[in-house]
Amino acid sequence: MKITLQVNGEPREVDVAENTLLVDVLRVNLGLTGTHVGCDTSQCGACTVHLDGRAVKACTVLAPQADGANVLTIEGIGTPDELHPMQAAFRECHALQCGFCTPGMIMQAIDLVENGDQLDNAAIREGLEGNLCRCTGYHNIVRAIQSVADAG
Amino acid sequence: MYPFNYHKPETVADAVALFNDADDAMYLSGGMTLIPTMKQRLAAPTDLIDLSGIAEMTGIDVAADKVTVGAFTRHNDVATSGAIGETLPVLAQLAGLIGDNQVRNRGTIGGSLANSDPAADYPAAVIGLGATVHTQERAIAGDEFFQDLFETALQPGEIVTRIEFPVPTRAAYRKFPNPASRYAVVGVLIADFNGAIRVGVTGAGPCAFRASGLEEVLNQNLDPEALEGVEVPDAGFNSDLHASAEYRAHLVKVMARRALNDLLS
Ligand SMILES: Cc1cc2nc3c(=O)[nH]c(=O)nc-3n(C[C@H](O)[C@H](O)[C@H](O)COP(=O)(O)OP(=O)(O)OC[C@H]3O[C@@H](n4cnc5c(N)ncnc54)[C@H](O)[C@@H]3O)c2cc1C
Ligand code: FES
Ligand code: FES
Repeated sequence: MKITLQVNGEPREVDVAENTLLVDVLRVNLGLTGTHVGCDTSQCGACTVHLDGRAVKACTVLAPQADGANVLTIEGIGTPDELHPMQAAFRECHALQCGFCTPGMIMQAIDLVENGDQLDNAAIREGLEGNLCRCTGYHNIVRAIQSVADAG
Repeated sequence: MYPFNYHKPETVADAVALFNDADDAMYLSGGMTLIPTMKQRLAAPTDLIDLSGIAEMTGIDVAADKVTVGAFTRHNDVATSGAIGETLPVLAQLAGLIGDNQVRNRGTIGGSLANSDPAADYPAAVIGLGATVHTQERAIAGDEFFQDLFETALQPGEIVTRIEFPVPTRAAYRKFPNPASRYAVVGVLIADFNGAIRVGVTGAGPCAFRASGLEEVLNQNLDPEALEGVEVPDAGFNSDLHASAEYRAHLVKVMARRALNDLLS
């Protein structure tokens, strides 16, 4: 079936089978491989993108469910020369090691800062409930998000 | 995931017609349970009927004595609803404890109830608050809705359209979350309706239930101390890698005491 989406501000059309996942539309059809697949079982959050402004796990959204929607991926938030403040904070705070979880972490972190109020350490950790990192121990990820939240 | 036909009706009547016309249809709401199940090939519907386009299944209506939530309302919309937070704060708090932010941004109350996972949170609210579950053809009393493990009073093709929660004088919910998934190992909701106490328990048994033994004691004496002597029998409780039946029975008492402390404070 034909599906039209806004992806990172640009209209895109793909022709996919009904049982295609949104994450595969992004990675396979559109070549946006910044969105990762870690678990494929809705646990790890590596596939997190914004769907109509809300963080979702793209491995658990069917392509037809996203028909007509607005999708924002890690490729759409900044450029190498002009990083998004959250990307800059992750770099500054050494909030990544292997980097596999990072795109999902950053997309969830942006949702958290945009929608959460009073982001203290506990609220940030709670907000990362759906994102797993095997490397960092989370401490520097929390620091990075805190610094963006504090900067308002 | 096996292939299927995808439909997105705009009315409940069209959804039911599509269901009846298909070989082996399933409704799709937030997909947070159904899509993982289809990936594992534990469900293989021929037709998937997406409920997200049905306007009559959305919306939150708050009156002084009753909160009505459309079945297609996502967990985060309940958690962050100012009107629910004011009139029925226990429901907003419970919704905010479900899974993680990404799951709450997709999962819906109707999908959660229809699924009747033994460890789901909303069933404790439906039982504990004595809610009514509405479908396209009837109103089902909360006490009758959950029947067994993943089994409800819903007939094939029946759609949960909205849920009506009576507003208690005060209420509190406490759960012992599984540290990985956040599902309730045990969750207890206690509600006080002008001195009449209801206790809804999730996580402990095959489906959510009223703890009539605890209700009896608390109707006599609304005091955490009164819970000390109560026996919670573990017969029929779930026993799995997360917790034994005996431990779950213990947790029912601990969560009830914590909920009661919250309710009284
Ligand atoms: C990582 C993770 C953690 C989670 N943690 C928790 C938790 O802590 N607590 C908790 O309670 N839940 C938890 N969940 C489950 C989550 O709340 C689901 O959203 C919910 O169980 C199902 O709702 P859904 O809208 O996604 O339904 P779907 O997955 O779309 O559907 C579930 C079932 O209900 C049927 N159905 C859906 N809507 C209707 C309707 N209106 N009428 C009739 N039948 C219908 C479908 O056919 C399907 O069989 C978690 C899920 C995940 C992936
Ligand atoms: S790949 Fe989607 S949650 Fe892990
Ligand atoms: S940096 Fe390696 S998984 Fe998070």
